[in-house]
Amino acid sequence: MSDIVNRRSPVFNAVIWSLVLGWIFVAGFPFVWTLWGSFKVQGDFFSKADWTNAIFGIRTQIETGTPFTGAGYFGAWVTNEFWVSVVNTGIIVGSVVVISLTLGTLGGYALARSGKKYAFYLLMLALVFRAMPHITLVSGYLLPFFEWNLWGHLPTAIIVMVAINQPFTLWMLHSFFLNIPKDLDESAMVDGCTRFQAFRRVIVPVMWPGVITTGLFSFLLAYNDFTVTATLLSQANQTMVPKIASFLGTTQTEGNVMFAVAAVVSATAPLFALIMVFQRQIVSGLTAGAVKG
Amino acid sequence: MKNRTFFWFILPSMITMLVFIALPIISVFVQSLYIEHTAVFIEVENCGPFGCTQDVQVDLDATMKLKEMKPLGQFNGFGTYVNRNHLAFVEIGQAWQSSAGLGDFLYKSLNLPFYRALAFTLTYTFVVTPLVLLFGFLIALGVNSLPKRIKGPTIFVSLLPMIVTPLIGSLVLFWMIDAQGVLGATLQKVFDDPTLSLKASPALTWVMLMVYGVWHSAPFAFIVLYAGLQTVPAETMEAAMIDGATRWERTRYVVLPHLMPLTIFISLIQLMDNFRVFEPIVGFSAQAHATSLSWIIFNDLAGSEGQFFGSAGATSVITIIGVSILLIPVLIRTWRDFSRKVV
Repeated sequence: MSDIVNRRSPVFNAVIWSLVLGWIFVAGFPFVWTLWGSFKVQGDFFSKADWTNAIFGIRTQIETGTPFTGAGYFGAWVTNEFWVSVVNTGIIVGSVVVISLTLGTLGGYALARSGKKYAFYLLMLALVFRAMPHITLVSGYLLPFFEWNLWGHLPTAIIVMVAINQPFTLWMLHSFFLNIPKDLDESAMVDGCTRFQAFRRVIVPVMWPGVITTGLFSFLLAYNDFTVTATLLSQANQTMVPKIASFLGTTQTEGNVMFAVAAVVSATAPLFALIMVFQRQIVSGLTAGAVKG
Repeated sequence: MKNRTFFWFILPSMITMLVFIALPIISVFVQSLYIEHTAVFIEVENCGPFGCTQDVQVDLDATMKLKEMKPLGQFNGFGTYVNRNHLAFVEIGQAWQSSAGLGDFLYKSLNLPFYRALAFTLTYTFVVTPLVLLFGFLIALGVNSLPKRIKGPTIFVSLLPMIVTPLIGSLVLFWMIDAQGVLGATLQKVFDDPTLSLKASPALTWVMLMVYGVWHSAPFAFIVLYAGLQTVPAETMEAAMIDGATRWERTRYVVLPHLMPLTIFISLIQLMDNFRVFEPIVGFSAQAHATSLSWIIFNDLAGSEGQFFGSAGATSVITIIGVSILLIPVLIRTWRDFSRKVV
């Protein structure tokens, strides 16, 4: 049977292949181009005269003596202290993932096991909260944070991002816990465990696949955030994404753009690694909400 | 689960959401009713060799004190909502009376900052969402018929535009499309127009932002629809083939109806997410030609001319109302699914 399904006319094959190849090119080429160009000078990366300059590095050869240069990376990481932003991002992302998963597993477990009507209302409320544009929330924080001297510190941004992350985390973990059979923790409670002991001894050991998938999305939310980090953090505590934006904001001196290009490549690298390792989990996480809901 | 236990399990999560999501919504509304203090003026007598003159000066001490005592500013009611930078009732009324026709009226209205942003936000939302579905579906069909071995790498590359930080993604495209960049320069050569610049024309800026939007979100639709394609019932497919359905007919009458619930899910999520469009405008530095509701709030808070909490609050409240309207179908759908599960 499958032979008949897979038998196609050559025209159809050609259309499918050109479509997929076209998409792969559109999706992947910008990143390859930027990675390659980040080792050139600005005259090559933005080469109006001849785009092949960007590939062979003609101006880079003239200006630096070699066809590849790490000047952009040196300027970004050392001269402009991009490493400080990397450390800040690391602190923020790590804390956000750990805290929001801790709160989320407790809450998601309770929502999955409650069975009461109010648990459903809370889930609906979380859905409403998830839809709120982050910038509208930020405009609510700024004035109180200024007044109470909370503005600019890393912990403030962390707790705000944990909160913004909660609705999504709750929904996702709630649906993962629904898939863990009830009998598991209930039999532990029959044996004399309290609800929390049952959770800790029986549920925690089997919940990791769901927690890892949810954690990936918390990671991406914190890592990719621009709204919260750009408005709530002081210059000294800046994370990577606002730092990159500030490279562009400063006057367009020669080479400054190349710092941004190098920083962009540096910030994208961890995401590449993440997809390579966790591709299966990301795909299953994206489809979990859709297929079940 | 007992109510007490439930309460303690959910408490930490609820506290963070109430304090940092529910309270700010209230605080934004309160802020929107106030407006910044005007400076306190005092009259000073300046006496010189040619007699005395009365001067009006800003009393810095008194202004500072006033700001400290009432950090919110002075009460303004709904004044901020109707001023020129927001709903602009007066200006709209004038435009309506003085306009020659509907086109002229629209042109005048779209020069007002709020309506300009609203126009772009709505256009972006309702153009990008269907295109994301269309491209996601086509890519899913394409990838589904690939040999198994190259599916994995294809999905890896497809995920990139979605996973990468929106600001970074838009910068990467922006540098290529820049007049000096590889695509921009090539386009100039193709059209033989050395002044052609995607940044300079409002229409091209809009197109560029929407192309970015589709590029960024199509992978999401692709992944979800691709997962849906794996669950198309084989018996129905076979039955359709035995009945002599062509490939097109099978796609139209078997695959598409099967994917319909997923399509609705994707479009609801996309409508809400596209309505917040913000980062690409920063990445493409497109604010001269295209602003969104989120962008004007950001500009009020972090712009170069100082912070306008009242103005940001008013736009935020209007934005929240807009999101709520888009949210209603999502809530109704979730409600129905849940009730069905319980019964």
